[in-house]
Amino acid sequence: MSELEEFRTDVRAWLEENCPDEMRDGDITAEAQCWGGRQWEFQSEAQKIWFERALSKGYTVPSWPKEYGGAGLSTEQAKILDEERQAINARKPLSNFGISMLGPALLAYGTHEQKAQHLNGIARGEIRWCQGYSEPGAGSDLASLKTKCEDKGDHWLINGQKIWTSNADISDWIFCLVRTDFDAPKHEGITFILIDMASEGISVKPIVLISGHSPFCETFFDNVKVPKSYGEGNLSVVGEVNRGWDVAKNLLVHERGMLGTMSPLRGTTGPENLGSFAAEHIGHDSAGRLDDPALRQRIAQAQLDNWAYNLTVERMTDEANAGNGLGAKSSMLKYAASELTKRGTELRMDIEGTAAATIGADGIEYGSLANNWLYNRAYSILGGTTEVQLNIISKRVLGLPSQ
Amino acid sequence: MPLILNEEQEMLQDAANGFLKEKAPVAAFRKVRDNKPADGFCRELWSEMAEMGWAGIIVDETHGGSGFGYVGAGVLAEQMGRNLTASPFFSTSVLGATAIQKYGTTKQKDENLAAISSGEMLFALAVDEGPRHNPSRIAFSAKPAGNGFVLSGTKTFVADGHVADKLIIAARTSGAEGDPDGITLFLVDADAPEIVRERTPMVDSRNAANISVDGLEVTGDDILGELDGGYAALEGILSAGRAVLSAEMSGSAQQVFGITTDYLKEREQFGQKIGSFQGLQHRAAHLATEIEMMKSAVLKSLKDLDQDFDNAGMTCSLAKAKTGQVAQLATKEAIQMHGGIGVTDEYDVGLYFKRVHVAQQMFGDAGFHSDRWAKNSGF
Repeated sequence: MSELEEFRTDVRAWLEENCPDEMRDGDITAEAQCWGGRQWEFQSEAQKIWFERALSKGYTVPSWPKEYGGAGLSTEQAKILDEERQAINARKPLSNFGISMLGPALLAYGTHEQKAQHLNGIARGEIRWCQGYSEPGAGSDLASLKTKCEDKGDHWLINGQKIWTSNADISDWIFCLVRTDFDAPKHEGITFILIDMASEGISVKPIVLISGHSPFCETFFDNVKVPKSYGEGNLSVVGEVNRGWDVAKNLLVHERGMLGTMSPLRGTTGPENLGSFAAEHIGHDSAGRLDDPALRQRIAQAQLDNWAYNLTVERMTDEANAGNGLGAKSSMLKYAASELTKRGTELRMDIEGTAAATIGADGIEYGSLANNWLYNRAYSILGGTTEVQLNIISKRVLGLPSQ
Repeated sequence: MPLILNEEQEMLQDAANGFLKEKAPVAAFRKVRDNKPADGFCRELWSEMAEMGWAGIIVDETHGGSGFGYVGAGVLAEQMGRNLTASPFFSTSVLGATAIQKYGTTKQKDENLAAISSGEMLFALAVDEGPRHNPSRIAFSAKPAGNGFVLSGTKTFVADGHVADKLIIAARTSGAEGDPDGITLFLVDADAPEIVRERTPMVDSRNAANISVDGLEVTGDDILGELDGGYAALEGILSAGRAVLSAEMSGSAQQVFGITTDYLKEREQFGQKIGSFQGLQHRAAHLATEIEMMKSAVLKSLKDLDQDFDNAGMTCSLAKAKTGQVAQLATKEAIQMHGGIGVTDEYDVGLYFKRVHVAQQMFGDAGFHSDRWAKNSGF
């Protein structure tokens, strides 16, 4: 038996023994995830047990080095663990922006001391991170951001505003893009900085969306003092001052990769199971076909496109493991995933007809189909709009010229 | 099993790319089109392909083939699609070889597989009887007579039908037109006097024929697969055909897209490269994304055929549906983005447009396959 096969056998046995039955429902909705953080309360004993057992093996962040809370798995091993986990329909023991976005950027750009503090905090589910990127005047044109960061000797002084900060109200720390040089060209005066959300001068206000609910906030910085250093070698700035755009771009590639391979495509909002859902609501004609030919065609098309998309995620992951990194192609996955996700819920709304457009006396119920359908409009906007992804594909994948 | 080519398959791809670029580029296809040889393809080229083991690409090594399976066949077809190579590869080496290897008796294998691998014998599959693909709507009759059957009926759009040495004919031995049960496949000599073959020139300048048969006597030994149960075999052969045809279209789509993006980087209007215009960039980026989706579907269908042939039908439908749409989009955008020269005969993109149109009609377009998918999924 090869080493990898042996590893697979061990992992399978470990999962079988340690993953509680309640955690094997394949639920990948945001509500079912274990997010961690100072304010986190486990939703069930099973969720807690699963998290703790995974943590003891380094499996909350399997591919990170052991000294930073991971299991030090190779890409092949991490893939095997993921396959075996999915094979028993197990939830991820922990998922959050620290794992999917900040972690990979810190691994690439952080000092040992930064990694030791922050990666371990993420791995252990102690700190929940949010992302301070967009501003009211800096959306698609992110590099035009204006949140001001001044050098005050032993600390930085920050003033400004961020917007669309996901879960800022329940997060502990924020990784933030700030402007440290207002005279330099816009990409060259940006710094990537880590800030404790408990700092004096930070305030947060949730934004109500068309769905009636929102994970998004406005985050205000009013004379916020950020120490230059959180301890020896543990600076608040990641990478070099004024070179934060490099870190930001690296992180955005991971964000797109995450969004491009994300969960909404499966389960109740994606195109999977739409056929049986439609058959249940609409019924069949005498020839055994869905009794709405136009809708039937749209559903079939969405499912085929979804299938081809899933295979592309698989293929690009295999290519990445074979040494051909995803790079700017993550924009293709992000573009395809967000458009497919919207199509999935649009179709569900059409299948249920006016029943789906009916809301309760207290407004749109959280988690309802209408709620998902309205929320999903954001998928082709957040993490870089569809149009921004198409710009990136044009320039970085196809090499088309700039004006 | 990772969804990428292995080393051996990559080497085959490189070899095919090198050979076809030199021996069978688009210019060679133009020559065949303009000189109108009776065969409709170049015999010398086909012999060279056979010598390299391409004619028997899916045939087992015990029967003289090279045993590369369907991924190997798809790798070759993709390169042929890039170069618009005209050859009997598809009808003989994919359809014929699949039919015999998967459903033939030992005797049929011994008599035919080596001759396929050497490139000596050409095959054609006669299925459709109308202009839209419909493999269960078969009226072509095979009536019991004496120890055998008498075949009568007509078939349309039989690829390589006029040059084939052997025909595989889907005929009705029982049941009614439209019924999947009661279909039987027959393997017959194409030059029998009861068979009239009329070449039908197509817009893509490839070979096809209408075939009418009047009272051809055959025996039970000429049956390929099961009596009355030929539909399962037909589905298997069609699945292989759909996947490999998809690989060919994928090659055409990728090639024509490459030609188009090169043009976007060179052509200037309003004092700028036209590729700098967002109106074109976004369409190109959308198409590039769709091409990635198409490539995944194609590779998966070929791998499924190699790993679990009998259950590969749906991925082959996925590949054919997706490829039909994406390759058509790629060729249409190619013409539009080239502007005036895109509609000239001198320029190559129009040739890709024509070939893709015919290939996506063959064995079911995207509508046919999404309907098939829906039916199979119970809605």
